[in-house]
Amino acid sequence: MKTPAKASSGTARKKQKHINYSKWGYVFLLPFFITFIIFQLIPLISTIYYSFFKYFRSGLKIIGPIFVGFDNYKSLFHSPDLFNYMGNTMLLWIVGFIPQILISLLLAAWFTNTRLRLRGLRFFKTVIYMPNLIMASAFAMLFFALFSDNGPVNGSLIAMGLIHQPVRFLSTVSGTRGLIIFMNFLMWFGNTTILLMAAILGIDPCLYEAAEIDGASSNQMFWRITIPLIKPIMAYVLITSLIGGLQMFDVPQILTNGTGSPDNTSTTMIMYLNNHMYSKNYGMAGAISTILFIICAILCLLVYKTMTDTDGTKNRTKKRRRTAHG
Amino acid sequence: MAEHAVSAKKASEKKGDNYRHKLALSRIGCYIVLAIICFLCLFFFYMLLINSSRNTFQIQQGFSFLPGASFGINLINLLNDANIPVVSGVLNSLIVSSLTACLAVYFSALTAYAIFAYDFKLRNFAFTLILLIMVMPTQISAVGFVNQMEKMGLKDSLIPLFLPAVASPVVAFFMKQYMDSNLPIEIVEAARIDGCSEFRTFNTIVLPMMKPAVAVQAIFAFVGAWNNFFIPALLLDSANKKTLPILIMQLRSADFLKFDMGKVYMLITIAIIPVVIIYFFLSKYIVGGVTTGSVKG
Repeated sequence: MKTPAKASSGTARKKQKHINYSKWGYVFLLPFFITFIIFQLIPLISTIYYSFFKYFRSGLKIIGPIFVGFDNYKSLFHSPDLFNYMGNTMLLWIVGFIPQILISLLLAAWFTNTRLRLRGLRFFKTVIYMPNLIMASAFAMLFFALFSDNGPVNGSLIAMGLIHQPVRFLSTVSGTRGLIIFMNFLMWFGNTTILLMAAILGIDPCLYEAAEIDGASSNQMFWRITIPLIKPIMAYVLITSLIGGLQMFDVPQILTNGTGSPDNTSTTMIMYLNNHMYSKNYGMAGAISTILFIICAILCLLVYKTMTDTDGTKNRTKKRRRTAHG
Repeated sequence: MAEHAVSAKKASEKKGDNYRHKLALSRIGCYIVLAIICFLCLFFFYMLLINSSRNTFQIQQGFSFLPGASFGINLINLLNDANIPVVSGVLNSLIVSSLTACLAVYFSALTAYAIFAYDFKLRNFAFTLILLIMVMPTQISAVGFVNQMEKMGLKDSLIPLFLPAVASPVVAFFMKQYMDSNLPIEIVEAARIDGCSEFRTFNTIVLPMMKPAVAVQAIFAFVGAWNNFFIPALLLDSANKKTLPILIMQLRSADFLKFDMGKVYMLITIAIIPVVIIYFFLSKYIVGGVTTGSVKG
């Protein structure tokens, strides 16, 4: 039904080509691109530009900008900080991401399983998606208050007689990292579940019916049909989650009051950037930003590829897009 | 197709009681796991609400599932705290978030419409660019952004917090996707034949047809701006300009032990609960908004 209607609209548009509407395309795009250039493109270019300059404030005096070539990068790569903080960021991301994708897959498989027919799906979806909309900084503040040395978590544990001394969650490396990972997990697994569910629901039900007639078990259907067909969406989830992980800031910043305590073991890349911004060292901040930009640009290209790929489930949306434009 | 389904059903019925038994068991297992997960999602927010109604001493005793009687006192204490301008914080957050939502939705729909309805040379370029920058973090250009705002005299102002929302590639992309499957180009052509101007067609015909997408994207844009922390923290200095996340940061860096914990929980409640309330009223549209592909005219 869909395709012929769309196709006829395409030909109808071609017939009218003598009336030139194309200028309206530019007019309507104008606000977007002017804003993009002023607030995103020029700042990005000047960020990269600053990274080649010595430009910082010492006391009340502003030093620079003096061109120093790659000196900022050299000092970045010569100190262990960059690698430590990159390592922290990746560790915090990956340890949270693995359980997140596994649980999301499991839940998405359950929610879409026609044999199980679970009730209250809307309720479950609503609840698991909720933490995603919560203010991360307030959420981190809440965890800080709950898990502080004389907070209610310790209070409850002592009252139950499980411990005698308060557990100092935020003074230990594993405690702080664990809380950050747990918070990120809670905030993002619902989102991933809903993405994967949409992907599974997009699979042609005939495939499952055919498999069922052939006597396939639920497990077989999941591993042989579902998983291969949602691979493109899984790739999309992986890359966007990685980009989100690189941006990790609000939670560790508030939880550790910007110190990345204990001993900078929970300082992330953006916290590192923020520290340089805060001390007004724009040259170094620019260099960190540029490194992050290069990484993110590669990841953005990968996202672009998964979204316009010619195989897999995304294929259909792409095709629909093409026919819509004739 | 229907025949296959019926025969499959019959086949599964033949497998008999054993199968049904197993299914019931695994269903119970699923519900238990789901209950644990829901508990994890809701527990901390419930505790937040409970603790915002208790005093410092009660809070330190541990968790309780029953609320205390200090909700009003905590609220009054917080409002009277001169160091934490909560009222202006809420107002600033509301202004920034509402304007962000309006600008993002309107101009993204306009951008998407330009790409959807017109054939022009740079059309593919524009769409490719939107796809490419869609997931680019804004933190990366923060150095240049803060510097530029300083030069433009917009530092310590709310304007740079909402005006950039005019260019929201993610919203524009979703609008474009929605138009592809829900907006018949024939309607635009009919309007043209009736002599409707292009701009008026967009405002009076296209935008109303986009209502479901507009509502969902407006909520996301609002929540995103409400929760935004990194850029406002770099820009805002004066107390009466601060938004809620900045007040939370301020509370965190204050000497925590001297603090009235009831007040702390109350501020977190004020920051979190409005979004939770909006969400529970509109969750149907938010979760369902993703799958509104069937409204095709």
